[in-house]
Amino acid sequence: MSETRELLILGGGLVGMTTALAAARKGISSHVVDMADPAALTQDGFDGRASAISTASWNLFANIGLADRLAPQGCPIEAIAVTDAMLPGRIDFRPEPHANSHEGSLGYMFANQVLRIALFEAARAEPLIAWHAPARVVSRQRGAHGVSATLASGETLHARLMVAAEGRRSPTRDEAGIKLSHWDYRHRAIITGLTHEKPHDNVAWEIFYPAGPFALLPMLDGPEGEHRSALVWTVAEKDAAGVLALSDRGFLAEVDKRMQGTFGQVHLNSARTSYPLSYQRTARITAERLALVGDAAHGIHPIAGQGLNLGLRDVGALVEVLVDGMRLGLDPGDAQLLARYERWRSLDSFSVAAATDAITHLFGIPGRAASAIRRLGMAGVQRSGILKRFFMDEARGVSGRLPELLQG
Amino acid sequence: MSNATTGTAGKTIRAEEAAHFGALAADWWDPKGSSAMLHRLNPVRLAFLRAAVDAHWGSDPAGLRPLAGKRALDVGCGAGLLAEPLARLGAAVTAVDAAAENIAAAQAHATGVGLEIDYRSGELAALGLGPFDLVTALEVIEHVADKPQFVAQLASHLAPGGLMFLSTPNRTTASRLVMVRLAEGLGAIPKGTHHWDDFITPEELDELLADAGLAMGEPQGIAWSPARGLHLSGDLALNYIVSVVRR
Repeated sequence: MSETRELLILGGGLVGMTTALAAARKGISSHVVDMADPAALTQDGFDGRASAISTASWNLFANIGLADRLAPQGCPIEAIAVTDAMLPGRIDFRPEPHANSHEGSLGYMFANQVLRIALFEAARAEPLIAWHAPARVVSRQRGAHGVSATLASGETLHARLMVAAEGRRSPTRDEAGIKLSHWDYRHRAIITGLTHEKPHDNVAWEIFYPAGPFALLPMLDGPEGEHRSALVWTVAEKDAAGVLALSDRGFLAEVDKRMQGTFGQVHLNSARTSYPLSYQRTARITAERLALVGDAAHGIHPIAGQGLNLGLRDVGALVEVLVDGMRLGLDPGDAQLLARYERWRSLDSFSVAAATDAITHLFGIPGRAASAIRRLGMAGVQRSGILKRFFMDEARGVSGRLPELLQG
Repeated sequence: MSNATTGTAGKTIRAEEAAHFGALAADWWDPKGSSAMLHRLNPVRLAFLRAAVDAHWGSDPAGLRPLAGKRALDVGCGAGLLAEPLARLGAAVTAVDAAAENIAAAQAHATGVGLEIDYRSGELAALGLGPFDLVTALEVIEHVADKPQFVAQLASHLAPGGLMFLSTPNRTTASRLVMVRLAEGLGAIPKGTHHWDDFITPEELDELLADAGLAMGEPQGIAWSPARGLHLSGDLALNYIVSVVRR
């Protein structure tokens, strides 16, 4: 039997591994179990996705000691331009320049691969993390005294608290009988990397088409100085197969048409991948000796780039609650600690998911009248300081009561 | 409870008190059960204890094992709601309770969660323990038969340079209304848990401690409000907690 640790984290992706590292930096030990082989996960071409890391999420990475490692690999987002199918009317989110450089940025764009490699390197060097991967969980137990998971190898891992970080299809959540409310958007996000002639000037573009949003996210220039952005193009599920089947040339022509020359000539620089879009939310995020974090608790539409940020806020809140309890000698699986985590997170995840859902529906309605109303709406947002502040704070992830780990 | 006697010389345990809590033993560790109030009280009194421990021994407030290397004695330990946190904070814990049923429940729970705690049942004076760096008796003094005798026993178990904690309900009109009539009437605290006449005021406790050669620190109240639940407060009317050192 292996030693009993404090946390048994099922799922060692971006959110699971950040949980393990944040806990370890506070002296809390963990087992981390993941089905996938870390070597395969960090190979070139495994994941073409990129994530917008809000200022708050950046603070979390900095607080767990990854700032120096990650800073040169992130592209700062200095402004967000939101337009409606390139018609007149545009909202610009550009924060006032500030003495503190983090305040002057809306966050950073990272290739998921870069984040994963940095987290994995840090986890390997951290003695408080026992990393089991690739390893398949064949059974899970939660009881009054502790939790355990038995692996396909026959080994059983013991801990005080189980943390489910397995993403949207979390088997631990399903086994605990935690119900999901689920809304399928019948849309897919098609994701690829672009190189383009003109610099992006660190501006992220969200171009809303009735069929769904088309987002260009600024990435660092390539090794040859080529300008790069990540494209997230949302199409109806029924059209997705056709778009994915296009030749590179045909696909590029469609992309070019929608960008209307904003960045000059455009080339593809990675393979196309696609992800179905859905919104899901659980009624509860805790059960006896179990906490859900990240997409296991709330998958959201990636339109506003908030999915990972929301998950990292879960991590910050959970670790803070655990540390507060453990420095008083409480068991990390203590029911009262889990109740505090539940109360803290429920409002935040609900409001972000609901707002994202509302925006999707607002911009998803076809027709000229709707477009005109939407334009008026955007001009209104542009003029209203309070609303703009709200949107920018959401993008930066600094609204609400932030966990200490996410404060600068 | 054949070994428990009512307040004769040298004995502090009351048989009927021990029997009352012994009957609750099975339910102690259920956070929603009859001890729900104690579970909610625990983080509040532990926060007071932690701050005083850090101040007394200069431990790092962010550390998770400030009591490493310390010997701790928890008197009136029930099923171990305080003894287990003390053990997790690093102390080598001995815990004593009058009710054998409580000790059995405490031992079973500690074994289940993998904590080593030396549990004993019976009269403290007869067990020949100590001395200890840390001595705790939270929500106990209001239940004993002979308070001066009890305090003298606690004092005799405290090592030089050690730290002691006591908490207890205050004897006020408010505590009679809230803790006895209201809380027991509504079932928030099991009926028969408290006898108001046995409650002790901070001034009386200070005198008792002084007589035993001990010095009481500034008491802090444990108050309740709808918005904050149970919390540390300057209001001593219901319940209070103190740290104690040798004079």
